[in-house]
Order: sequence, then structure tokens, then C-alpha cells
Amino acid sequence: MEKKILIRGNEAIGEGAIQSGCRAYFGYPITPQNELTAYMAKRMFEVKGVFIQAESEIAAINMVFGASLTGVRTMTSSSSPGISLKQEGISYMAACQLPGVIVNIQRGGPGLGNIAGSQGDYFQATRGGGHGDYRTIVLAPYSAQEMFDLTCLSFQLADKYRNPVMLLSDGIVGQMIEPMRQNWDTNDKNIEWKVRGEDWILNGCKGREPRMVRSLLMEEGELEKLNWELNRKYKKMEEQEVRVDLWNIEDAEIIIVAYGIAARIGKTVIQRARRQGLKVGMIRPITLWPFPIQVIKDIAQKVKSFLVIEMSLGQMVEDVRLAIEGKRRVHFCGRPGGSVLEVDEILDKLREISNLK
Amino acid sequence: MKKVFSYPESLKKTKFSYCPGCGHGISQRLVAEVIDEFKIREKTIGIAPVGCAVFAYNYWNFDVTEAAHGRPPAVATAIKRVLPDRIVFTYQGDGDLASIGAAEILHAANRGENITVIFVNNAIYGMTGGQMAPTTLLGQKTWTTPWGRKAELSGYPMKISEALGQLDGVHYIERVAVNNPENVLKAKKAIKKAFKNQIANKGFSLVEVLSMCPVGWAVTSVEALQWIEEKLIPVYPLGVIKDKSKST
Repeated sequence: MEKKILIRGNEAIGEGAIQSGCRAYFGYPITPQNELTAYMAKRMFEVKGVFIQAESEIAAINMVFGASLTGVRTMTSSSSPGISLKQEGISYMAACQLPGVIVNIQRGGPGLGNIAGSQGDYFQATRGGGHGDYRTIVLAPYSAQEMFDLTCLSFQLADKYRNPVMLLSDGIVGQMIEPMRQNWDTNDKNIEWKVRGEDWILNGCKGREPRMVRSLLMEEGELEKLNWELNRKYKKMEEQEVRVDLWNIEDAEIIIVAYGIAARIGKTVIQRARRQGLKVGMIRPITLWPFPIQVIKDIAQKVKSFLVIEMSLGQMVEDVRLAIEGKRRVHFCGRPGGSVLEVDEILDKLREISNLK
Repeated sequence: MKKVFSYPESLKKTKFSYCPGCGHGISQRLVAEVIDEFKIREKTIGIAPVGCAVFAYNYWNFDVTEAAHGRPPAVATAIKRVLPDRIVFTYQGDGDLASIGAAEILHAANRGENITVIFVNNAIYGMTGGQMAPTTLLGQKTWTTPWGRKAELSGYPMKISEALGQLDGVHYIERVAVNNPENVLKAKKAIKKAFKNQIANKGFSLVEVLSMCPVGWAVTSVEALQWIEEKLIPVYPLGVIKDKSKST
């Protein structure tokens, strides 16, 4: 029989990483993700992996870079200001085609902001964040169960594409304690992923030619060649890796688009709205990049309008508008700065939208 | 007849692209010779920095990665922790190690990481055209100190090896120079010791190499050799800064 356990979102990420074979974790203290670092300190010791509390987020991401090029599955985690510091390293990993998982338990910003859960880092996460032409896959869990499941998926996708993957959550999902299925049999043998790196890792050149891992490409045309190669990979991600949760869309006239904690609130809103006779459904992007453009386009043909809800001033709403290409009205309801969206304020907005001619 | 000297296997059969009179070619060859002598080429992973020395990956004939500016000690830490039986070293310039990467070197040293660091101090940023480095001498003219480095504006020449020597995690630090054959031989001895320490799991070892940058200093190659003797060594004296195996 399937066993359920109570677990905090941040710790579910940690266990997902351990069960995915992650054996090198590097962290630095920052709220609201500290439970994850503490969990990894204990679990890495138990599984004889590498745990280092780095001197900074910058050092931590560069340790991920170093660990990744030896072929081990590796992860770092932080929260918004710390993720800003990691961007240079993520860009280097993307350039060198090194897999790795970066967890962002978002807090309010800009600046030092506050320590409440927020969704202000969508632009940073989905637009690369660091310098140069690159992409990272971004997964957005909305429950403890998904913290675990999508962490496992992050490692698989990172390996599949030899690319950094970002798990973008927030302080609320990170701190919540919820039931989760304990199916620890997701060991590496059962997970579909290529055995890592026999042809690209650095582990000493015994029995083979020496290898180099680098992103400085000074010869004429050399860098452009890499950029096009990366682009082919990104196109493949766009074709194959879009994941989305559709909810109550069959008869819907208004579609709420939300991810992460905002989607949790949105589902409550939809239940109440339907009791009041409003036909509302939800598109919940699980991959924020690649974004479910086609799904939104298709559904747009059948509904009247869209409402994007985010715990920010409105970031994902731009992607929804780009997907719809002006064919439907796209409304927005959001709260920035770590303030939680109220069910009633979203319901008011829905009524206002449904009254529009 | 016994062969006593040959082209190192750890160097690729290619030409160095460094400026005439530059010291990097000497230091990088010394590293290659030492790796050959310990027969560790096939288990060594080198980390090149950002700066002129980044091109080391074109010259060394073993696994090499490049790290972001200043971050080689963090990258080396992770590689060595994951693969403790490999030989891991960083090769960093003064801008990389003592300026942008000051935090990373300090903490790798303090953790006593069992890695080897070759720290090339030529008192200038070479690759970007000759700006002031933390190690630039007082009065030294650079692109960003057009009237010479002034302490009140830019602080003092940074003796980072002495600073690192204060840390309990450090096993061995020595400062050498590559400006004449005698010093080159001493430099090789120190580099050899720094690798030997790692092989023997003794912990963090660093060799600071005072090195020529005639283009950055706006002097001739020959003058650069003298400049090290007359200007650099008085501020950065040669010798062992710390050696745990000698202190009892």
C-alpha cells in the first residue's frame, strides 16, 4: 500500500534530489529556503555525498559547475537575492552544456525585499537571467508532492539536455507541510536518463584524449556555431518539454492562468466562482519555460477572456498576451512584495470581467 | 646514454601565444614538467582562470576546465570533493585570485581543501590592457593609475599570500620568481612540493610566482627581468611563507 508522509515543501525537494541520485549539494543560508540546506547537510552525510556550505551563492553555483563537470548529479538552492548572484554561473553552465539543478524559493523583492513568498522572479527565471543567448528549463511546483516530483524531473531534464534546470517555487510552498506519497523506489535504474557523461566529463584523461570544458570561444565563427547548436537544443525543449495542468476548462468561459502558489489560490477561487454560476477554468503552466503557448492558443479559441493571477506586478501575463496575440482580452490581478492574493479580490475581478461586454 | 631533458608529455605540441618576455609560458611549462615527474597526467584536472592564463587549456595535455573570473578555487573544491583521488589544481593571476576571487581563495584555503594553487603575480591586469591589480606597486603607472598607484586612492600592494598564511587550513605557501634560471629552478621545486603535498593528502598548498609582464609594464623583456629583482621582490620577498610540515 502506498504510504503517505507529512513533509515540508523545501524538504520534499531535498528528498527528491537524493532519490534522483544527486550526490553533491552546495548551499548558502538565505530565508525562506534554509530547511532545504539543513536537510541536505544531514542526508548527504547519510548517503556519503558531498555537502558544502559555501562562502557565498557565487561560490555555491561555481561548485555546482565543478561538480557537474565530473559527471555527478548536483544541485544548489537559494532565494531571490541569492539567485541574482548565481546568474553568472548559470550562464557559464549553459555555455559549457553542464547539467545541474538550481532551486529558487522566491521571496519578495526587489532588493533585499522581505522573506515572504512571492513570484517576482518570473522574468529572471524564464529569460535566462544571466548574460548571453541561452535558456534554462523552468519548472514550477505548487505542492509538496510536486516539489518532490518536479525535482526528480529537473534532474532528468538537466541530464537529457545537458543544461541547467531551474525549479522555481516560493516561500509559501517551500514552508508548507503537506502529505506526500512516499514512493522511494524512484531510484536511478527506473528513471529514464542517459548514463552520464562518458564522452564529456573531466575525470582525468586515462585511456583517452584530454578534454577541455570552456566557454571562451575566440576563433572567428566559433561562438556563433555554439549558439546555433544551443538553439537546436532549445527548440527541441520547446517541442518536447511543455507541461501543463488543465482544470475545469471543458465548459469554461473565463480562464485563469496561474502557476505555483497563485494557482493554489486560483483553484479555490474557481470552486467558489462556479458555485456562483461563473464558468471559470484554469491553465496552470508547470513548465514556465518552455511556455505552453500552443495550449493557450488552442483554448483561447473556445473562451471569452483570460485572467492571469500572480503574486507580482504582472510578469507571466506578458507571455500569456504574447501567446494569445491580441485575440482575447487578458486581464491581470496581482499582489507584489510578498503579500498574499485574497480569494475575494480575485472573485471581484472575475465578476467585473464577466460583466464586460 | 640517459635522457635527462625532453619536451613534457603534459604540454601539447603547440606554441604558446603569450607576448614576448611573458612569464606564463615558463610557469605553465614548470607545472607540466612536475605533473610528468609525478606521472599524474592521466589523473589531473587543471582549472584555468579568466585573464591571459585562460589559454592554458590550449597548452596543457590533460583535462582542463575554465572557470568564471575568480572562481577557480570553488570549482576546484567541488571537483576534488567529488573525485578525491584525482589531482586538482588552479592556475590564477593576481586579478583573478586577489581581487575578484578573494573570497573564493580565502575560503578554499580556510577549509584546507586538498588542492594546489599556482598564483601568478605580475602586478597588473595583462589581458585587458594593463590596469591596476591589487598587487600593483605604489607609484606603478598602469592604464587606470596614469600618475602611478597612490595609497590614499587605491590602497597598498596586496600581500595575499602572507594573509592566507594566517589561516589554520593552509598547509604550505611559498613565493618564488621566474626571472632568472636560478629562480626558475627554485620555482619548480616549490611547485613540485605543492603537488607532492596534495598527493600525500596534506591539504591546501599555494605557490605565488612573481612573473614578467613587459607589455603591461611598458618595459623591454630584459628590463622586465630586472624589474622583478629591483622592484617586485623588495615588496614581495621570496621564500617560504608557511609550511606546516616544518613547524612542529
